[in-house]
Amino acid sequence: MKTYDFNQQYISKIEQEVALSTENVQVHYGKSHAIFDASLDFPRFQITSLIGASGSGKSTYLRCLNRMNDRIAQVDGKILYRNTDINSKTINVYEVRRHIGMVFQRPNPFAKSIRENILFALKNNGINDKKELQERLETSLRDAALWDEVKDDLDKSALALSGGQQQRLCIARSIAMHPDILLLDEPASALDPISTSKIEETLKLLSKSYTIIIVTHNMQQASRISDYTAFFHMGHIIEYNQTKNIFTAPEIKATEDYISGDFG
Amino acid sequence: MDDIQTRLQKSSRATRQDYFGKVICYSCIGLIILLVACILYFIASKGLATFTKNGVNFWNFLTQSDWKPGDVDKYGNPQVGALPMIVTSFSVTILAALLATPFAIGTAIFMTEIANKRGAKFLQPVIELLVGIPSVVYGFIGLSLIVPFIRGIFGGTGFGILSGTLVLFVMVLPTITSLSVDSLKSVPMHYRQASLALGATRWQTIYKVILKAAAPGLLTAVIFGMARAFGEALAVQMVIGNAILMPKNLISPASTLTSKLTTEIGNTVMGTLPNNALWSLALVLLFMSLLFNLIVRFIGRRGNIKNER
Repeated sequence: MKTYDFNQQYISKIEQEVALSTENVQVHYGKSHAIFDASLDFPRFQITSLIGASGSGKSTYLRCLNRMNDRIAQVDGKILYRNTDINSKTINVYEVRRHIGMVFQRPNPFAKSIRENILFALKNNGINDKKELQERLETSLRDAALWDEVKDDLDKSALALSGGQQQRLCIARSIAMHPDILLLDEPASALDPISTSKIEETLKLLSKSYTIIIVTHNMQQASRISDYTAFFHMGHIIEYNQTKNIFTAPEIKATEDYISGDFG
Repeated sequence: MDDIQTRLQKSSRATRQDYFGKVICYSCIGLIILLVACILYFIASKGLATFTKNGVNFWNFLTQSDWKPGDVDKYGNPQVGALPMIVTSFSVTILAALLATPFAIGTAIFMTEIANKRGAKFLQPVIELLVGIPSVVYGFIGLSLIVPFIRGIFGGTGFGILSGTLVLFVMVLPTITSLSVDSLKSVPMHYRQASLALGATRWQTIYKVILKAAAPGLLTAVIFGMARAFGEALAVQMVIGNAILMPKNLISPASTLTSKLTTEIGNTVMGTLPNNALWSLALVLLFMSLLFNLIVRFIGRRGNIKNER
């Protein structure tokens, strides 16, 4: 295995409005140190992809961004959202997750109907107006490019859908809450190419009104859909830049090796 | 927009619900811990009084075989030797577990691996019915069937460790079986497929892959069965003979810790040595069930380490 100098780092500055940023985020699982000094700015209404080998810490980092690592790992440092450090102890985490949604690797719809899956979080949040619920149901399914496929079967079990449809249902479920930011942890890695390209189209469309941060193993996917890319290696962020720069002219040797497949 | 900023920092209905739920959980668990602590304290204080207040030597209690708490021997020491009961308790427990385990695991394998769905569906309630029969009924059956049967074959009174073992065998069988079934069911399907795809026969798959993977769970099942056998009082009392003698063989009348407790508890006066000595027996029982628990936990932890990648 090649060894790389973790001090070699290239983080480009973001010119646009920033939706979310982290400052010196450290993650510890017990004694093991999983993320070292992660500082990134995520531009608003853009897709940022996090790439890197398995175990490089990209998923762990993503989970910090809406406090899903609470009770799992020790997260230190600042995570700034709307000028508020959401990593602070006194923060209302439920409110954080309402604005920063997450979709997981394996499609995980509840064993309920499609309608109930979408309305679950809305009802929990005290939205009871029938008209509004119906409207959010339809727009979120439309935004996730699932409406035409399921509009006649809204009361059927979500588990009867195909894997790709289930994953788009999970995306619809998240955006029904109207979050600001959508975190996706390898949302297409368990899906076939056709479902994957549908998900990618969906994300492209969603990026007009959502800030999207996506972890992916698939470098083509990162280069196809994302505007910015961060490369993780062994818990360090090695390079962060516009996707076109990362994939055509990487600044750091480790990034170049990883992208060209001559890694490890 | 600043609205969101303040909402992020303020508590909401969700956080209050969270707090409320936490308070309920903590108070429930607090109550239960208090209850357990009280029981432990009560039994320990009563059981230890034999040694602290009445001056019985703890070592003699464990190793001597004369149990006459009301009398004193020629040196003036009270005769509180629990060894016969401890030995009998362990004998019936271990023998019953040894006898029941092969049958239980065999039944469990049949139900999970061999029988078709309908067969397993039929067997499930049969096993569950065995759990539900009250122990006094088991004892009654033992008294009127097993004891005369043993008497007919081996002579003597028919009461003794063998009769106790046979009754306990039937009583722990369903416990071990149903826990084994759970353990075998939790072996992932792909283990079976992986083994079969390598050309292993069904028997090789069951013996070398499934039983191996389920081993910690099966051991736990056996230990739970033993805990049940060790603690069973009524049914054993009805067939064991209730003589506080060192068991010489499997068919001589004997007495277990639990059967001694049930027969004697009404005949002693609170605060006297005979009563305290019974509490000491209860303390031994408590200690043993604690030990069984620890063993189960230890096996469970080792199993977990094995199953991690």
